Amino acid sequence: MTAITPDEVAHLARLARLDLAPDELEHLAGQLDVILAAVAAVSDVAAADVPPTSHPLPLVNVTRPDVLAPSLTPAEALAMAPAAEDDRFRVPRILEEEA
Amino acid sequence: MSELTRLSAAELSDLQVRGEVSAVEIARAHVDRIAATDAAVHAFLHVDTDGALAAAAAVDAARAAGEPLGPLAGVPVAVKDVLATRGLPTTCGSRILAGWVPPYDATVVVRLRAAGAVVLGKTNMDEFAMGSSTENSAYGPTGNPWDLSRVPGGSGGGSAAALAAFQAPLALGTDTGGSIRQPAAVTGTVGVKPTYGGVSRYGLVAFSSSLDQAGPCARTVLDAALLHGTIAGHDPRDSTSIDVGVPDVVAAARAGAQPDGVRGLRVGVVRELGGEGYQPGVQARFAETVALLEQRGAEVVEVSCPSFGYALPAYYLIAPSEASSNLARFDAMRYGLRVGDDGTRSAEEVMALTRGAGFGPEVKRRIMIGTYALSSGYYDAYYGQAQKVRTLIGRDVAAAFEQVDVLVSPTTPTTAFPIGERVDDPLAMYKADLCTIPANLAGIAAGSFPCGLADEDGLPVGFHVMAPALADDRLYRVGAAVEAALSQQWGGPLTGLVPDLEVGP
Repeated sequence: MTAITPDEVAHLARLARLDLAPDELEHLAGQLDVILAAVAAVSDVAAADVPPTSHPLPLVNVTRPDVLAPSLTPAEALAMAPAAEDDRFRVPRILEEEA
Repeated sequence: MSELTRLSAAELSDLQVRGEVSAVEIARAHVDRIAATDAAVHAFLHVDTDGALAAAAAVDAARAAGEPLGPLAGVPVAVKDVLATRGLPTTCGSRILAGWVPPYDATVVVRLRAAGAVVLGKTNMDEFAMGSSTENSAYGPTGNPWDLSRVPGGSGGGSAAALAAFQAPLALGTDTGGSIRQPAAVTGTVGVKPTYGGVSRYGLVAFSSSLDQAGPCARTVLDAALLHGTIAGHDPRDSTSIDVGVPDVVAAARAGAQPDGVRGLRVGVVRELGGEGYQPGVQARFAETVALLEQRGAEVVEVSCPSFGYALPAYYLIAPSEASSNLARFDAMRYGLRVGDDGTRSAEEVMALTRGAGFGPEVKRRIMIGTYALSSGYYDAYYGQAQKVRTLIGRDVAAAFEQVDVLVSPTTPTTAFPIGERVDDPLAMYKADLCTIPANLAGIAAGSFPCGLADEDGLPVGFHVMAPALADDRLYRVGAAVEAALSQQWGGPLTGLVPDLEVGP
């Protein structure tokens, strides 16, 4: 396994929406290297003809009859929101200024 | 310390039935014990004194009115902080959820309340259940009541420590790679991870959805079974909940304690889970316990599960991959922390700032590993391969259970390690879950039962039992046999030997 550079770690952090300080990036780069080298052992055993398992039980789609059931009131749903306005979650702008 | 806090849940229930003690007296004794000891132990993140006393008073009123009550009525229980509790803070040990009060109860909490159990409060844990020592909590570590300078295991260290410190007779935990069983082992308590799908995950804040399972923690096998029986069973609100009857774990716990409780049971010792890297005192207690089962009539054979050696690497790809997806919900929009919303920053910038500030180092590490393992170009080599290993482990387990009824191993390779020893060495920390992870990957039932103290350090050792999916009762049968034999030596549960905690004013 090739070493992971702080630049690659920074790219992963952007994908994961994590704002990390430069010293965090450097520290993580070293640790991710060690961890990924250790877990790469999974390549040693499982051959191409082994099917993957994503879940311990066979998953089936579960539905219920489409009838009204009690649910949270708007006040309950918004009670823990970082910001709310007009019975809605208030969020920062989602488009770039120039967009 | 009030004698009431030394009693088991079953004993507390009996006393109430006989009218010798009230639920309020029991709740008060435990709340007082928490107040006297938790500055030293730090098992709790939140104690709900008023709620506990009110719930206890309601049980007393119901009993006085002659209403039918179950075995957990008026029995205190501590709840791991990863389970949603209506009106009580639920932080998952994370800064990102500081002060979050859920508008609903997890199904397991609904069932506890319906059974009249008295919720004492929320217990400390590794942030989002990621860790093996409870040191990854944003709110500081928990001490192991056997030696406060050592970890109580993790992620459910708070629940296990609360039991060993006699702050609660029962606790709820969750187990993704060993977070119920490993803390049970290092605190000398009982912890069971039910069959995947056996207990509802509704209201359990998701870490790794294909592995997470809630389960019981207690000081005795019967108590764990009583709690298991109360929380288990189908829940239409969890799409992975199994819609079949729950095995009678309480009957199994009673039967296993009989002298012939494990007669004829086929016990397989897993060859791959022992030997090098295992502490001598752990190996000694484990070997003695196997011999003890044999004396009580079990048939012991050695079994090989060759793929178990790859369970740890597979787990540290699968769990972080699922975590990186599950934890995307902490986006600073609907609940939890929001940082940097100053009117100029975009939602994406606020999201990244919030997650950078709100998550601790281990959660960040796992999100990064998961993001890497799922990214294009690496998916097949990492996540895809790990899923194949999962298949091989399932095959190993299936083959083993054609030969034997249960599989056994030590629960964890060492006894409780000192606080701080492994905190910046992720690989050393991950090895604490070496023996417990295969059961999560295979979705089978598994539990840890106290089997004595290691000679070299006097700290508890756990005996790990695995049973096929939906055969959770076998865990209790074996655990009760071990407990019945060893409690004669110990003069009661192993936790009776916990040193007196220094109690503050």
